[in-house]
Amino acid sequence: MYWEKDRECMPVEQLRREQLLNLQKTVARVYDRVPFYKRRLDENGVKPADIRSLDDIRLLPFITKDDLREGYPFGLFATPLDEVVRIHSSSGTTGKPVVAGYTRADVALWAGLMARTLRCGEVTSRDIVQVAYGYGLFTGGLGAHYGAEAVGATVIPMSGGNNKRQIMLMQDFGTTVLCCTPSYALALAETAIEMGVSAGALKLRVGFYGAEPWPEDMRAAIEQRLASKAIDIYGLTEVIGPGVASECMNQKGLHVFEDHFYPEIIHPDTGDALPDGQRGEMVFTSLTKEAFPILRFRTRDITRLIPGDCPCGRTLRRMEKVSDRTDDMLIIRGVNVFPSQIETVLLAIEEAEPHFQIIVKRDGPLDELEVLFEVDEAHFSDEVKVLQAIEHKVSREIESVTGLRAAVRLVEPKTMERSMGKRKRVIDLRKEPRP
Amino acid sequence: MKITQLSIFLENTAGRMREVTGILSQAGINIRALSLAETTDFGILRVIVNDPQKAVEALRAAHFTVRETPILAVEVPDRPGGLHSLLETLAGESINVEYVYGFVEKRSDNALIVIRVEQPDRAIAVLQQKGFRVVANQEIGSL
Repeated sequence: MYWEKDRECMPVEQLRREQLLNLQKTVARVYDRVPFYKRRLDENGVKPADIRSLDDIRLLPFITKDDLREGYPFGLFATPLDEVVRIHSSSGTTGKPVVAGYTRADVALWAGLMARTLRCGEVTSRDIVQVAYGYGLFTGGLGAHYGAEAVGATVIPMSGGNNKRQIMLMQDFGTTVLCCTPSYALALAETAIEMGVSAGALKLRVGFYGAEPWPEDMRAAIEQRLASKAIDIYGLTEVIGPGVASECMNQKGLHVFEDHFYPEIIHPDTGDALPDGQRGEMVFTSLTKEAFPILRFRTRDITRLIPGDCPCGRTLRRMEKVSDRTDDMLIIRGVNVFPSQIETVLLAIEEAEPHFQIIVKRDGPLDELEVLFEVDEAHFSDEVKVLQAIEHKVSREIESVTGLRAAVRLVEPKTMERSMGKRKRVIDLRKEPRP
Repeated sequence: MKITQLSIFLENTAGRMREVTGILSQAGINIRALSLAETTDFGILRVIVNDPQKAVEALRAAHFTVRETPILAVEVPDRPGGLHSLLETLAGESINVEYVYGFVEKRSDNALIVIRVEQPDRAIAVLQQKGFRVVANQEIGSL
């Protein structure tokens, strides 16, 4: 099932010709309109006219998140603000956020790309789509919302949080499609169990999960617990938001919407281009965006472009599921634990701060999971029993989500080891290799 | 008629309480009363000081988790049965006591008791009615 069959299944030759044309236009446009790009191209001795083939993209300099921050807030826009109808931004957890602007045409393009994404999972006007991505500056909520409206589905704009209400509406409204982060999907599955709602009682058919890397084991868990298909979707605020790439029903890689975003895989250390099939860092160049075009943006995501055709008929190349950060996954007493699950638990408990550290120890024959977390100052109490109740609550929730009994321990704020400004979330003290 | 107690979160690590007393001493804060509640992994240090505001600022600046808790300070006769009469009064009204500790010094024939109860306002009314003197913040500062 397609959204724009003629584009999604375009003959490769034609696709490449169109990509080159749009690349040339984009480079000329940013050179003329964005002083930052003019300076960077001049420094590299490149003129827009030097782009004669798609491979000439390699003449262009890379753009990093830091470069984008330098332009904060609107320095990299290629249109005046009166043509910009929407602003989104990255979370900015590691500094100034990256601000993305959208013209009316950009918003329409984005809605179309999210419609494509939803069609990849066979969503139609008969579906009821519950959007549980956050609405606001984050691109997830509104991105999915506009796409679902474009396909004519019935949209429930839930945003994140309020798990019980999510499950209640899912049940009462007969939600068939869920859009949220994969860890939130697991949290919702847990809530459903607590509420005594079996997955079979829900009408959920498919979910579109993204905004964080998630391994195959997590997919299996979601598909089993929510009795529905879990589709991986990919996108970044810097590029457009969700709608950059999506899996089809075959779930064998994510089709990159490369008629709008040109993908390159490079060696992360040398910056050299790598051929399809080889693993490296994904780099994106926007081909059709107006307000916030981007050249050769380094995503820091490690993946590869999968050679060969997909049985779905789309000619758009596929990227492998981003799994670089999945070494995060811990196997403790045979149970898979994702640090994001612990984070989700803490986020849902208002007395606890979502700052935590996981320590895994081997005590005799058994692995021990210890979770350190900070108490929220507003909930800090002079009474021991109150703090112990918070510890018990966290422990109980972790056990219900992961199936593991964790030793939880309240710690003083800001004492946890941090590296590069972010705390080190996992300390694995098990020296011996796993059996 | 409540006084301010500072409740400070402490991890159970060697020397942590010494750091608190160091910070307070540096800031020229005098501790009037204190008690420590402990579990296997953390403790809550409760202190009554002469200048709570200044103490909170100094502790927060050193990244301690501090909370100001309104609490009662009640004078009881400094003789056998003094504290008992106080507790009996509260028990008679079914007011639950969370914890109790005493002031370090005294300035009269009475001892000053810090007491945390579930219903502080009702407790104040009951105690005053029975002739107990409930001490206010200003008095602590000038002790």
